[in-house]
Amino acid sequence: MNKTARRAATVRRMLRFVKPYGFSFVISLVTGAVSVAALMYIPVLVGRAVDMIAGEGNVDFSGVSGVLIRIGAVIAVSAVFQWIMTALNNRITYNVVRDMRRQAFGTIQALPVSYIDSHSHGSVVSRVISDVDVISDGLLLGFSQLFTGVLTIVATLVFMIRINPVLAAVVAVLTPLSLFVSRFVASRTFGYFREQAEICEEETALAEEIVSSQKTVKAFSMEDGVREKFRQVNGRLEKATVRAVFFSSLVNPSTRFVNGFVYAVVALIGSFIVLGDIPVWALTVGGLSSFLSYANQYTKPFNEISGVISELQNAIACAARVFELIDGERETEKVGGAGPERVRGDVEFRDLSFSYKKDKPLLTGVDLSVAAGQQIAIVGPTGCGKTTLINLLMRFYEPDGGRITLDGVDIRSISRHRLRSNYGMVLQDTWLKNASVRDNIALGKPDATDEEIVAAAEAVHAHSFIKRLPDGYNTVLGEDGGSLSAGQKQLISVARVMLCLPPMLILDEATSSIDTRTEMEIQTSFSRLMKGRTSFVVAHRLSTVRGADRIIVMREGDIVESGTHRELLEAGGFYRHLYDSQFAH
Amino acid sequence: MRLLVKYLRGYGRETVLSPLFKFLEAVFELLIPLVVAGVIDRGINAGDRGFVIRMVCLMILLGAAGFGLSVTGQYFAAKASAGFGTGIREAIFGKIEGMSYSDLDGIGIPTLINRLTADSNQAQSGLNILLRLVLRSPFIIVGSAVMTFTINVPVALIFTATILVLAGVMLAVVLSSVPVYRRSQAALDRVTELTRENLTGVRVLRAFCREEEEIKEFDRATGKLAGLQRLAGRISAVMNPATYVIINAALIILIRVGAVKVNTGVMTQGQIIALYNYMAQMLVELLKLANLLVMLSRSYASAGRIASLLDTETGETAPVASGEQEKREGAPRVEFRDVSVKYGRSSGEALSGVSFKAYPGDTVGIIGGTGSGKTTLVNLIPRFYDCTSGEVLIDGADSRTLDIRDLRMRCGVVPQKAVLFKGTLRENLLWGNPSATDEEMLDALRLAEAEEVLEKTGGLDAHVEQYGKNLSGGQRQRVTVARALVRRPEILILDDSGSALDYATDARLRSSISSLDYRPTTFIISQRTSSVMNADLIVVLEDGEVVGAGTHGELLKTCPVYREIHDVQFGEGGDDGE
Repeated sequence: MNKTARRAATVRRMLRFVKPYGFSFVISLVTGAVSVAALMYIPVLVGRAVDMIAGEGNVDFSGVSGVLIRIGAVIAVSAVFQWIMTALNNRITYNVVRDMRRQAFGTIQALPVSYIDSHSHGSVVSRVISDVDVISDGLLLGFSQLFTGVLTIVATLVFMIRINPVLAAVVAVLTPLSLFVSRFVASRTFGYFREQAEICEEETALAEEIVSSQKTVKAFSMEDGVREKFRQVNGRLEKATVRAVFFSSLVNPSTRFVNGFVYAVVALIGSFIVLGDIPVWALTVGGLSSFLSYANQYTKPFNEISGVISELQNAIACAARVFELIDGERETEKVGGAGPERVRGDVEFRDLSFSYKKDKPLLTGVDLSVAAGQQIAIVGPTGCGKTTLINLLMRFYEPDGGRITLDGVDIRSISRHRLRSNYGMVLQDTWLKNASVRDNIALGKPDATDEEIVAAAEAVHAHSFIKRLPDGYNTVLGEDGGSLSAGQKQLISVARVMLCLPPMLILDEATSSIDTRTEMEIQTSFSRLMKGRTSFVVAHRLSTVRGADRIIVMREGDIVESGTHRELLEAGGFYRHLYDSQFAH
Repeated sequence: MRLLVKYLRGYGRETVLSPLFKFLEAVFELLIPLVVAGVIDRGINAGDRGFVIRMVCLMILLGAAGFGLSVTGQYFAAKASAGFGTGIREAIFGKIEGMSYSDLDGIGIPTLINRLTADSNQAQSGLNILLRLVLRSPFIIVGSAVMTFTINVPVALIFTATILVLAGVMLAVVLSSVPVYRRSQAALDRVTELTRENLTGVRVLRAFCREEEEIKEFDRATGKLAGLQRLAGRISAVMNPATYVIINAALIILIRVGAVKVNTGVMTQGQIIALYNYMAQMLVELLKLANLLVMLSRSYASAGRIASLLDTETGETAPVASGEQEKREGAPRVEFRDVSVKYGRSSGEALSGVSFKAYPGDTVGIIGGTGSGKTTLVNLIPRFYDCTSGEVLIDGADSRTLDIRDLRMRCGVVPQKAVLFKGTLRENLLWGNPSATDEEMLDALRLAEAEEVLEKTGGLDAHVEQYGKNLSGGQRQRVTVARALVRRPEILILDDSGSALDYATDARLRSSISSLDYRPTTFIISQRTSSVMNADLIVVLEDGEVVGAGTHGELLKTCPVYREIHDVQFGEGGDDGE
């Protein structure tokens, strides 16, 4: 598809969003047209009145009154229609923005986890927030500006021709001069703006990096060093800003100058026509006055339109990015809602292979069978594929080859919801919503009673610190847990699982930030929870996994050993090595 | 707000000349309608053709002069505002660099970043608009009114009244829309936050099958936002029609009154046209002004936030002079005497009554549960925080009497969160010691078990991304250890620095640190007893209090808390030896 076709497709796609507001849109155009025409009519009326006020003792009072009444009526019509148009445009714009954001958010909920992992969150957020804003400013407001701008030009031209075609031709010929000048300035400015934007981005990135690690800067007494670095970028930014701001601000004075020139030429030629020196179409003084005010206005919409066009292009580019997200890949379900509601918990991996990057295989031919109720520990050095197994168990990712079965059924034929609601998962990277503690605990069971929530918190020894928070369970935590410590956040995410009691568990370093004593205290709750539930436990601390029914030792994507703690120690393999190194001094 | 004016100081000339030039341009522009009136009354109605030509040439000249003035004014405005923006950004950055840990905790990092970026830019463009445009519009509006006085005083009064009514209406519209805009900004922030939250929390949300609920919540937030935006839009939509109506009502009165005056010979036809032109000019400038005022109010808010940040009292406390500054021979390198700490307004003490001594070459292990005060304790040594009571002594001198920079240069800190900075591996290591040679850096990396990082990334010149994102957690952690070692610190602080390392690497790291030839006093914070069991002194903390201090062997016998921690990790008693 070439560029124009792609643009056309984007605009068509955009129109689908406007469609529900089609009626408002049409009314907005009509009212806009009426209000512009009425507005443009006023100089003609004023000119007529001026002609009736020719000089001392030569004033047609009844005529003037008639014209003035007409001006009043025209103004009233124009004002009311303009108000209606603006109100409608607002409604369309903000509703379209809302609809687009909702659709985009709906897509986010269905995006494959791999997409979210591999794309910067900031760029997705900016598509949903700022890109959509640019679309609303550019595409919708831009369109209505373009429309009224074109109408203004046409109406002005019509009125001018009716007053005096020769003078109208003079204006029409000279106007492109102003456009040419503003275009010239804009094209020179673009490069400077890009330069400024790039340095500004660089400075923002630097500021974010340094300030967010400010404590480290202080720990190393690097305050002066980073200040110098910042000063350098800041200095470059200053120079670029002066250039960009100055050149862009040239547009107004230079078009004003050209317009002033056109105005003077109209005054000159107009005067000679009135005086009868140029024998074409008679012109009155009032007519000349109307004409001068038209000449003054005529170039304005042209400049606005050229501004709108670049805004429109920008908006189309943003729209394309938003649609790319909205229409992007979504996870699909092979079968809707199939699979048992409550599973027993027999899990089997058969010849499982997986890679994040096609050229770097991670898991190759992994086989494992887990009987319902077994507790499986997965250990191994960082990057050996422990977390990947969990990604596959939860269907966050799909395997490249082989399969995982649950109670003998391929998990790909179980809906993701059904599958996931059978697992209780606690991850090392705890994540909390910006909501109350209560809502965070009740994440998986929104209808839980207060008693159930407190009981879950008590089971993980979180009740006492929650009680001490300013508003207890109603304390709103702020983005990503706010001021809670890593350990406290982890306790809340464990409490979540305690509340749901799903038939299977996945604990990925679930207690890594909880101190050992508290861990020991909640261990009893954990063992109660794990009893009779198939559980997968990933842990660094080998002490926490020694009671597992089976320990799976992984290394570089393969299961190298498996057995109980005692068996593995006796075997004297990799596990033994890992275990002994705990005691190395 | 007055505080910010000083950042204009170097640009006094520009700040004064820019509006002055724009003012002169406006004056020239204001002369045009009078010239046109002359063309009509003397040129056309009196038939003086030469006068018409002269006046048209004058118009073009005025335009050209206006252009020149305006361009110069714009240049001064650009220069002053860019200088202003640069100045305040530097001031904010400097302010942040001078902040103490408690200041940073209190104000919060995101706030600081916002002031430094978005708010500064807003204030900068606000000043530019103010110099360039906002002063021009009032000049022309007031100027138009003044010019009308030269034509006819009673008619001029109509103008003055119109301006007052218009200003009142515009003010009312702007004032009533501002709070709505503020609320809709808050609603937009919420929408942004929900979007971000759903990306960062995707695993948890999917695991709990929260998709539907999240969509509903998002729908509520966007619905609220759209409602507020529509409300704000409805209020602003009144502005344009209202101003048109007022201006044109005045025009009708003007023509009616003017007709009488022309009839009695007090005014001419050309003057009526001039008045009409002034009215039109005024309308255009008023509308511009209204739009600019909205922009300016945003800049004003940003400037206010910046000013209040710069106005906040922050900074490290200066050293207290005292007689005990001399380094005392034979004194412990670090000594805590009955040290207590209370953070900000919180009720409880984070650390209470801690005392211990550590001599050069000693290794001190600090162990305890989450929130027991481990990090608080070590943060007192380089004076990231000050204790609320008691004393921290370094080589026998109260740490509050020491120069804070000197003190920190003597400490090597490996923070809990391993962060590196954009640049090369070498640049990151130079943070530890700006004069380190390549040899010394390679040594430090070897000691920190980070040679593997070197191999994988390709040497000291390897590129490190922002926050060290291109390295794994374990790699980052080892580089941060190397960064502290390159300084050859007298006091080395490892705040849970083994947490991202496997046991074997952690153990090797500790053994190489204990064999350092310059024998630093080393503090190791850990949750694992295995990491501290070889220490000369282990301090066991619980809820900010020392519940045990001694060697591993002693503590196993005397400290039930320590024994418990140990048992949890290694199993009960004799089971260990397998």
